Amino acid sequence: MGEPTTKIGGSTRRSEDKRFLTGQGRYTDDINMAGQTYACFVRSPHAHARINSIDTSMARDADGVLAVFTGEDLANDGIGGLPCGWQIHDVSGEPMAEPPHPLLAQGKARYVGDHVAVVIAETKQQARDAAELVDVDYDMLDAVISPAKALESGQPLVHDEVPDNRCYTWELGDSGAADEAFERAHHVTSLDLVNNRLIPNALEPRAAVASYSPGEDHYTLYTTSQNPHLARLLLSAFVLNLPEHKVRVVSPDVGGGFGSKIYPYAEEATLTWASKKIGRPIKWTAERVESFLSDAHGRDHVTRAEMALDTDGRFIGMRVDTKANLGAYLSTFASAVPTILYATLLAGQYTTPAIHARVTAVFTHTAPVDAYRGAGRPEATYVVERLVSQAARDMGLSQAEIRRRNFIPTDAFPYQTPVALNYDVGDYDATLTRAEELADVAGFEGRREEAQKRGKYRGIGYSTYIEACGLAPSNIAGALGARAGLYEAGEVRLHPTGKVTVFTGSHSHGQGHETTFAQIVSDRLGIPFDDVDVVHGDTDRSAFGMGTYGSRSLAVGGSAIVKAMDKIIDKSRRIAAHMLEAAEADIEYDDGTFRVAGTDKSLSMAEVAFSAYVPHNYPLEQLEPGLDESAFYDPTNFTYPAGSHICEVEVDPDTGRVEIVNFTAVDDFGNVINPMIVEGQVHGGLAQGIGQALLEGAVYDAESGQLITGTYMDYTMPRADDLPSFRVDTCNTPCTHNPLGVKGCGEAGAIGSPPAVIDAIIDALRPLGVTDLEMPATPLRVWQAIQDAQGRQVA
Amino acid sequence: MNVSMTVNGRSVTADVDPPTLLTEFLRDHLGLTGTHVGCDTGQCGSCTIHLDGRAVKACSVLAAQAEGARVVTIEGLADGNGDLHPMQAAFREEHGLQCGFCTPGMVMAAVDLVNTYPNASDTTIRENLEGNICRCTGYENIVRALKSGAAGMGDQGNG
Repeated sequence: MGEPTTKIGGSTRRSEDKRFLTGQGRYTDDINMAGQTYACFVRSPHAHARINSIDTSMARDADGVLAVFTGEDLANDGIGGLPCGWQIHDVSGEPMAEPPHPLLAQGKARYVGDHVAVVIAETKQQARDAAELVDVDYDMLDAVISPAKALESGQPLVHDEVPDNRCYTWELGDSGAADEAFERAHHVTSLDLVNNRLIPNALEPRAAVASYSPGEDHYTLYTTSQNPHLARLLLSAFVLNLPEHKVRVVSPDVGGGFGSKIYPYAEEATLTWASKKIGRPIKWTAERVESFLSDAHGRDHVTRAEMALDTDGRFIGMRVDTKANLGAYLSTFASAVPTILYATLLAGQYTTPAIHARVTAVFTHTAPVDAYRGAGRPEATYVVERLVSQAARDMGLSQAEIRRRNFIPTDAFPYQTPVALNYDVGDYDATLTRAEELADVAGFEGRREEAQKRGKYRGIGYSTYIEACGLAPSNIAGALGARAGLYEAGEVRLHPTGKVTVFTGSHSHGQGHETTFAQIVSDRLGIPFDDVDVVHGDTDRSAFGMGTYGSRSLAVGGSAIVKAMDKIIDKSRRIAAHMLEAAEADIEYDDGTFRVAGTDKSLSMAEVAFSAYVPHNYPLEQLEPGLDESAFYDPTNFTYPAGSHICEVEVDPDTGRVEIVNFTAVDDFGNVINPMIVEGQVHGGLAQGIGQALLEGAVYDAESGQLITGTYMDYTMPRADDLPSFRVDTCNTPCTHNPLGVKGCGEAGAIGSPPAVIDAIIDALRPLGVTDLEMPATPLRVWQAIQDAQGRQVA
Repeated sequence: MNVSMTVNGRSVTADVDPPTLLTEFLRDHLGLTGTHVGCDTGQCGSCTIHLDGRAVKACSVLAAQAEGARVVTIEGLADGNGDLHPMQAAFREEHGLQCGFCTPGMVMAAVDLVNTYPNASDTTIRENLEGNICRCTGYENIVRALKSGAAGMGDQGNG
């Protein structure tokens, strides 16, 4: 587990744990306000329906009901819809189709779970009971679920104004160069791939408590958000037209996010608006079925991918055509996920010189689809690594050899890929070498033979992935369509007694920022770890923030804190020079101590802080009192975590059951602040990636559009006995462009692992003639693949 | 209706609606918000508490069914002297938690698991944690914590 030192690089045990372990965590549903009421949303039971009328009279008359609101009430108040944060342009040059996304349905419901009305009552049960009495007169309409089908002519339209349900078609890369590579290719590997739709399922359901204070004309919203400042900005400026300085958004302890809690949703916006209408606080907590129906889902791509190789097995070209399901409405980052966060990663770790990607984004009658752990990068990795592994089999090369022949060499950095990104640093061979050692690849054939004797089939699968994290340089993001900046803010406040409060715009919902950020500050300022407090998740306390997603908290949020500390140290040096009666140039700083060079005269950071607040002996003519500095950090590039995952499976051919017997992940995350926390992030990411590969899949009925997998009885969450014990390690090359040299580790496990699992199964079942397998590789699907392959061999 | 039980060593009596779940009673009536609700189908285990010494999912029990029972929640697991219970300490030491939402239920289930299988193997631990979902940790460190917590409980000679 590593040494628990509190310096950078030490596995400090987490500060936040004591409250979580003793039931003192404070999650949104734990918060209650005087006079609180309860909301229940009436949701569409149909995937596509015209709403002829909504009769709320019975509900209004029910016991305890205070109000019932529909889309008409919101429209009458001039309330806008939920905005999309990223504008992609179609190949035609026109902006993407951007149909309205109302908080409560206006005239039509477009997916099962779409919000139709809200009932507010004195108790939760009264709200639920009254919601049953809202009488909605629907005309059921045909629905379309599959993105490929939705593009066909004559299919039902999700939005009447969007022909063929096509939001945009977008391209990246040089199609001429790619075509030319395929013309001269020695071999072409082609695959049709489905990246299965997932439901994030953070264990804490989304929740909100909204209130309005007429005396101060002020709103307070407690909500389960990964980015409270962004929630406040979007609610104020785009949805409710509220004065931003009169809105406080608090994200207290949040029980996991994985992307699904980035976005402002209809529920908290409606509650905020309604809290003023009824003059009472309102609480809403999702039931799990509501999470399934209306949290933004992830993935859901259908892709045709081709790789062109020369006679030596070198990749000379790649072509990718993807149809991405957006669901019924554009969620906040939905348009960026299958484009900017996807196609830019198609070079992987390789020198492929010509790549072309075409992405068609499609509306369907399903819940909105947006970023889920990895967001675009797992989809890209799945395409690249499945192609590479298949190409190795096609060309008779080992999985390691084909990768090594095509890796970007360590002396080629910085490396400009043909799909926009500029990788700063990496050592792909190092992680692969270490992963092969750790996975004992040398002993694999022996294990395969041993398994064979027991009637089991063993296989091994590789994935050497890369991701772009630390989102993002604002100017590049802006040029690519982002409607917001992607910097982060931090503030470091030394108190007169030498204690420190750090305010960050990043948000922890499991990542342990209260520990990691305190380690950075303790290390840099020489202040005891226990004297540093980290504050996050409150727009009234942290100045600003863009929140936590895209493995950005440490690389961007941590860097902002370092910049603020640089200012603290600069000012402290000047204070110390005055106090020590020395020239500023003669003051040396090390580990919290200011020393006059060549003497034993010194001051601690705490002594300087005291002087800054009690400025009796202080350079008042040059410096303001106080020791409190803030900074914004805008990165100059993405960070590029990368690594090698090796999966070993054993398949029972009689049942189709797959057991992961070994899973090895060796990652390059740049410098590591807290190895224990990093390892935990890898474990969690692997669990979600393995979940995608073997267990999880959101299924809508193709005809009715009903969500078939709407509870934990139907959607298979990875449980303890579904997962192996992991072997993880790191081989780190520090990031070259942020002050901590860090890259981010939150998404790696989910990005790298799925193709390794699937290729391990394909490798295992090669003797039986199995050549392809779709995720999730459930026992039924594996068994069926074996039967089909055997049938083909007999025929 | 009136219900009476002992919760974390304290006798409580309250007037509740008959359909009140034990989770609602603990959270809404007693303010013991450490017991979490993560699903509606008895699947996730976030609400696991001890009822007369055994781990149960409090979302699947009516408050009325706990009449006269001895209930222990995560708030009452430690000895009250400010020290963590050995299982709580082990979860922290082994980084067996991230977002903390499943954690109270996971810890309560872990204590019961150790009481039932004091020397459980990894396989036994994983199979018996089937009723508790964690979305953050991948379970690896929970298994480690459970083994370490079992050793700590053994040293302390208690459950």
